[in-house]
Amino acid sequence: MSSDVVSAGKALLELDHVTIKFGGLTALDDVSFDIKEGEILGLIGPNGAGKTTCFNVMTGVYQATSGAIRFDGRPLAKLQRHKITKLGIARTFQNIRLFRSMSALDNVMVGADVHSKVGILNALFRTPRHRHTEAAAEQKARELLDFVGISGRADELASNLSYGDQRRLEIARALATGPKLLCLDEPAAGFNPAEKRQLMDLIRRVRDIGYTVLLIEHDMRLVMGVTDRIVVLEFGRKIAEGTPAEIRDNPAVIAAYLGVEEDADAS
Amino acid sequence: MPPAAGTPDDAVRPDTGDRGSLVDDLIHSFFALTIQGIALGAVYALIALGYTLVYGVLRLINFAHSEVFMYGTFATAWIFVLIGPGKDTHLGNVVGVLIVAFVASMIMSGLIALVVERIAYRRLIRNRAPSLIMLISAIGASITLSELMGQRAAISDWFGLRDNLSDYVSHPRDTYGMGGTTVNPTQLFKIGDYRITDIDIVVIVAAILMMVGLDFFVRKTKFGRGMRAVAQDPESAALMGVNSQRIVQLTFLLGGIMAGAAACLYMLRIGVTKPNVGFILGLKAFTAAVMGGIGNLRGALLGGLILGVAENYGSALVGTQWKDAVAFVLLILILLVRPSGILGEVLGKARA
Amino acid sequence: MSTAGTATSNLVRSGLQSFHDVSSSLWARVPKPKTKKGKAAWIVVGVVIAYALPLINLPVITTTGSDMASVLYDCIGYAIVAVGLNIVIGYAGLLDLGYVGFYAVGAYTVGTLTSEHWHWPFFLALPVAVVVTMVSGVLLGAPTLRVRGDYLAIVTLGFGEIVRIVITYTDWLGAATGIKAIPAPPSIGPNPPGPDGGLFDIAHLTWANGYPEVDPTKKTQFLVFGVIDIVPFYWLLLTVLVLIIVGDRLIKASRVGRAWEATREDEDAAEVMGVPTFKYKLLAFAMGAFIGGLSGAFFATRQGYISPTSFTAMLSEMFVAAVIIGGAGNRWGAIVGGVLVAYLPERFRNFADWRMLVFGIALLLLTTFRPQGIFPARATRRAVRAEQKIHELEGENVDVI
Repeated sequence: MSSDVVSAGKALLELDHVTIKFGGLTALDDVSFDIKEGEILGLIGPNGAGKTTCFNVMTGVYQATSGAIRFDGRPLAKLQRHKITKLGIARTFQNIRLFRSMSALDNVMVGADVHSKVGILNALFRTPRHRHTEAAAEQKARELLDFVGISGRADELASNLSYGDQRRLEIARALATGPKLLCLDEPAAGFNPAEKRQLMDLIRRVRDIGYTVLLIEHDMRLVMGVTDRIVVLEFGRKIAEGTPAEIRDNPAVIAAYLGVEEDADAS
Repeated sequence: MPPAAGTPDDAVRPDTGDRGSLVDDLIHSFFALTIQGIALGAVYALIALGYTLVYGVLRLINFAHSEVFMYGTFATAWIFVLIGPGKDTHLGNVVGVLIVAFVASMIMSGLIALVVERIAYRRLIRNRAPSLIMLISAIGASITLSELMGQRAAISDWFGLRDNLSDYVSHPRDTYGMGGTTVNPTQLFKIGDYRITDIDIVVIVAAILMMVGLDFFVRKTKFGRGMRAVAQDPESAALMGVNSQRIVQLTFLLGGIMAGAAACLYMLRIGVTKPNVGFILGLKAFTAAVMGGIGNLRGALLGGLILGVAENYGSALVGTQWKDAVAFVLLILILLVRPSGILGEVLGKARA
Repeated sequence: MSTAGTATSNLVRSGLQSFHDVSSSLWARVPKPKTKKGKAAWIVVGVVIAYALPLINLPVITTTGSDMASVLYDCIGYAIVAVGLNIVIGYAGLLDLGYVGFYAVGAYTVGTLTSEHWHWPFFLALPVAVVVTMVSGVLLGAPTLRVRGDYLAIVTLGFGEIVRIVITYTDWLGAATGIKAIPAPPSIGPNPPGPDGGLFDIAHLTWANGYPEVDPTKKTQFLVFGVIDIVPFYWLLLTVLVLIIVGDRLIKASRVGRAWEATREDEDAAEVMGVPTFKYKLLAFAMGAFIGGLSGAFFATRQGYISPTSFTAMLSEMFVAAVIIGGAGNRWGAIVGGVLVAYLPERFRNFADWRMLVFGIALLLLTTFRPQGIFPARATRRAVRAEQKIHELEGENVDVI
């Protein structure tokens, strides 16, 4: 894995002294970092460090108590969630939230519909515009299913897919929204080592075709293996930021994890 | 909750033909409207407690609660038919009957609430059915219960008991009184220019006592703690040894008992009931629960009182026929302005 | 669970499943064409039969004691309502318990425009009625669709009641006496509706002698909307139903349908995937209002007279029962549900009193044993079939071991 990736890329997402308090609890405390365009950034930390909170505030689920978040230079405060997706941030869910009664293809097409400009009247009268948009959406969806490797399952119900295929479908669906930044929330949870290797390949391919990726993960080997840079949180604070090699040797990080190097088969 | 054609008017209003002086109306009868509104609101509050308890623990709107209330009103009516004096009388003369009716009403409503839990909800809760299905089941239970009461004449016919029970079952869908017993209010002392009656006092005091009792039960007893535990986190509660099925049953039972009390007080003031009386009252009580903050017991009390008083003021201003509309307008306003209710919701977890 | 309880539940469950299996196997036996042309021909046949139904007067299903055409009209009216409510409940997952409100707004707009205060012709009043109802749907939905879904049920129930209260106590709308003399749609042909009215006559069949023969006493004039012969009304409404089915299908198989399904499945996830859920919920509401108002308008013109007693919350509950029993999410299920709810009480008139009790119990049984209804939505069927296949496969494995 390259540790000499250009880190001079433009900042796509900026967290600027972000603090979030829930009642008496401070979930994030003055956290600042950037995600640069074209990189794969890992967000790690022990349980309860605030990774999911950080994730949620970046995708608009939570509002920051203080501080600012900017995407592509634009502040994200108070935007509705679907508008944030339209801006270019897509995510998957830690506990897989597919639309279970819809087919795999339909799931992805929901994502593709984000940028659709046709509405109910076009649908009702089956205007040429509608037909073009539908055909384009379906084609894009099929391509994405192929890209993640489940093209054979396009017409199966999402709930009938295997666990691994469901995770891939989530990624395909997120990609269908045409994002600039793809946020993956523990995408390897429940995978065996072989599946994790496949996932790492997929994540690299995603980056290689131009997406920026943010990755929350617990598996150190995966994180070290696929990311360009890593941000480490502990108790809501950022305690380290750097390349995988730097992080691996960082004493504060080691202390936080108590033996990250021995974590050979963490999953 | 099948509908009523309209509940009897229970607000006292001076009749002025001149619409222009409606506000004057309001001011003149201010004390009457307010105190009677509080009495009315106390009844709403007791019914609202049932809704708010169940929603707080299960996130479920118990549509059948309105029928739980309705069965209580019939229990009270039947007791009066059975042992009441059968004529115009005063509160002092029927204290014994009233107490029996009060207890009977609470027992009846409590039992019906347990039946509802067993038949309409238990399996669905266990299978974690989606809330749409649970609501549909609730509606089915509500319709069934209401229709059973409405068809009681025909049903008692099957058992050949129609004649024996004719006082209790004939004209099943009509307004049903208390067997000729009418409890006339006795005026006691004045507040402002309104002579508060013994019935007003009994209703308000009884309601307050019931609510204090419930509050104590929920806050201080083992069962109450169990309820709050199950509301917050059913799994942890189970790990702590809380039997959540028992807790759910208890929740329904408590709501039923409150509704039974409300039913008896309602009959004391209004004197008549019908198989579909639950519908409008249930809607209003739920509105009261939402206004106060769903899941919040004190909120149910506050919401009920506010609704009762607002309804009276509203009917003075725009006419009694629009009385029912006041509740719905208030509901929409609250949802627009402060959906979590005046005193805030009390649900287990913070909801996104 | 007690053995008696298990036995009963198994009995009910197998009963419903057998009903479904029998009808499915009968359906499977019917030769279904694979080609587009074959399918089209089949559909045409089905539609022709539907139109001819009141003329044929089939023995077993024809109602005694009430005019079959009239009953069929009500069936179609309810079927239309059910399709509309299916969009709201089945597609978008919004529990609307006050659908009668839309029905009433449509009926009363027509009544007001054609009889009470003006004298517009029906077909001019119809689009206005539909628009007014849609506006009311949007006004109702805008504040209430933002809050927690559970509240929606209560608020819509309240809406239905407010509408009923308004029409009962507003003199301008006829108050408790209602609105009379609502005109029928204009008839086609000379001298309607007298004995020589209409362009031509259409015969009815009678089975009095055990085989079909032309009934000399009954004929339908084409196209005369009169008080006695309801058949032309039925044809008109059936045409409306067909158009609505087509529209429903077109809309469902588009991004709108996908957005509805996603919202219903997991509203938060849908939002995150870029679906503006509030907008689509409102759209579903508006569509439901459109269809409800449309059916209400036709109700008014057919009856000629409307009063507040026709628009009770009980009717809302019957509408909901129709959709759920038929199968929420499946437009054909909704149609079957609507037809059943309208037809059964008429066919078995003696049991009119018991009608609501039966529906209440039906709802309870259904939610416990078969929440997906008689005809489940397509996706549920596939999921169930997939599960069955897995069971079969597992069965084979067990043998091998």
